[in-house]
Amino acid sequence: MYSITAHNISKDYQNGKAVVSALRDVSLQVKAGELFGLIGPDGAGKTSLIRILTTLLLPSKGTASVAGLDVVKDFKKIRQKIGYMPGRFSLYQDLSVQENLDFFASIFNTSIEANYHLIKDIYEQIAPFKDRKAGKLSGGMKQKLALSCALIHKPEVLFLDEPTTGVDVVSRKEFWQMLQHLKQEGLSILVATPYMDEAALCDRVALMQDGRFLQINPPADIIHSYTQPLWSVKASSMYALLQHLRDYKGIDTVFPFGETYHITASHSWQSPEALQQYLQQLGHEQINIQQITANIEDVFMHLMNQPHD
Amino acid sequence: MFAQFLSFVKKEFLHIWRDKRTLFILFGMPVVQITLFGFALSNEVKNAKIAILDPSKDASSLRITQRFAASQYFDIEQELQSPQQIESAFKEGKIKMALIFPTQFEYNLQHGGQATIQIIADASDPNVATTVTNYANAIIGDEQQALLGSKLPYNINTSMRMLYNPQLKGAYNFVPGVMAMILLLVSTMMTSISVVREKENGTMEILLASPLRPILIIIAKAIPYLLLSMVNIGTILLLSVYALDLPIAGSLGLLLATSMLFTITALSLGLLISTLTASQQIAMLISLVGMFLPTLMLSGFMFPIENMPIPLQVMSNIIPAKWYFIIVKSIMIKGLGITAIWKETLILTGMTIGLIALTARKFKIRLE
Repeated sequence: MYSITAHNISKDYQNGKAVVSALRDVSLQVKAGELFGLIGPDGAGKTSLIRILTTLLLPSKGTASVAGLDVVKDFKKIRQKIGYMPGRFSLYQDLSVQENLDFFASIFNTSIEANYHLIKDIYEQIAPFKDRKAGKLSGGMKQKLALSCALIHKPEVLFLDEPTTGVDVVSRKEFWQMLQHLKQEGLSILVATPYMDEAALCDRVALMQDGRFLQINPPADIIHSYTQPLWSVKASSMYALLQHLRDYKGIDTVFPFGETYHITASHSWQSPEALQQYLQQLGHEQINIQQITANIEDVFMHLMNQPHD
Repeated sequence: MFAQFLSFVKKEFLHIWRDKRTLFILFGMPVVQITLFGFALSNEVKNAKIAILDPSKDASSLRITQRFAASQYFDIEQELQSPQQIESAFKEGKIKMALIFPTQFEYNLQHGGQATIQIIADASDPNVATTVTNYANAIIGDEQQALLGSKLPYNINTSMRMLYNPQLKGAYNFVPGVMAMILLLVSTMMTSISVVREKENGTMEILLASPLRPILIIIAKAIPYLLLSMVNIGTILLLSVYALDLPIAGSLGLLLATSMLFTITALSLGLLISTLTASQQIAMLISLVGMFLPTLMLSGFMFPIENMPIPLQVMSNIIPAKWYFIIVKSIMIKGLGITAIWKETLILTGMTIGLIALTARKFKIRLE
């Protein structure tokens, strides 16, 4: 039983005379109770896909179903069964935390008490601020409130569009713990995020770029699929280092990665020692070259640079 | 479903209540407008200052001067001594009109049978100039009647009666006009803005993805503004009865019922505008330029429709406020009943149904 399916979905927008394709022939299946991640940069088509699945947009081509219901024909029934948290904070800023919750509970014909166990963990954190206006909450609190509002009617499928964008690291971590907890309650969750590190927390992820899926796999498999040797390089003058690494013949790709650069070898690669020597000649100090295992972002960068039709 | 609806209406009231500035404008506007139109922006001319040049100073000219001095419309500001002073008196801007007698006024009148008085008016404001010269003519006409009334065997007297508004009060015209304007502002503009705000804030996205039925969103948005509008109508009527001494001649119930009908017309217009726009500014602009200005210009409130060119007369028919304006004047001032205004009421009802149907069709159940 799949809680979400999409078959050959395309979505084109009319932008003046030009046609912009947000989604190009994407297909996916999300199992019941799965935590599925849509990973990709801004403009990859994540929001368009979520809006089609939440019945807010019509696909240009293809079919999709949520909880076994067609997103075009049965949109009214789907709207009873899903929880949706848009990318932008979309609650009433001039209403208090409590008023927002009450309102969303009532439009779903339920009450806060009815599904309290679902939102308990989250609600307890925001309860001290329940009389505060939603617009005056911090970023992390806003997201927790928005999640509570999306969960209040015990949806079968939960759609989250970039729920942790603009949220601090601690709140992000807490947020993902909540998602794990909800998954145990049996909810199917589709979450879009631009953060690669969050991909590892999903059961399966779809790597997205330019409206296409580059790969759909469990995060571990995606990492294993990457077989090229990978080095991280560090030196005292990082800015000059980038240019020199790009000039070096033995290197294929260089990507900034936190405080280091991740490089892959080209066919004229000799050894890390040779690179070290090259960099020393150019006057770099504190050079540190280490072979590392790839993470999702490395795979994503690699896949992104592959030519696709 | 009813609980859904109630909590939506409650939410709308909270939005309005929390926005104190807008709330103040909503309730303050009718008071300010009625006061402004009632006491400041008046077309009536009272105590217009005039100058008199009277070289004759005989019994007849003094009698006429006396009549002017007695009139509530005129104040004699200045007695001029020479024709040269006339222009400087106008240039100082103190006087609106000058009354100039010839030399030997009475002699000419009694021996030549004819005498002329010159009236010079400051026509930089044409309305005031026309009004004061009319008043002056009437006063001189009275004097002529008194002089000749007994001597002529045949005499036609015109007896004028200003029906419904004997004192020619401006309030009879602007109170219905202000009512139409306020209802349009509150209902059309505020409703369209409040719906579009949900689109701008992204909350419409969540509402659409919820089981809430679109028709419920529309009605729940309109209800608070319907109530606010009725409060405003009450304020305007109380002010016009007690502050402006303008009694309601006809049935109060009928007046309130038709006002409610017009409010619903204005609300459905606002809802229609909201389905066609995506930003609060545009919604406001359309409400103001598209609704408020035509209402001001073409409803008959500012300018008589009969005096307009034919294309504008035809256009005025699609302005809901024109019909409401006729209805309110008929009920409030002429004291007429439903039999006199059924046509206008029917037109408004038709417009409302049409607008609601169009809104329901245009309301997007998705984001595009």
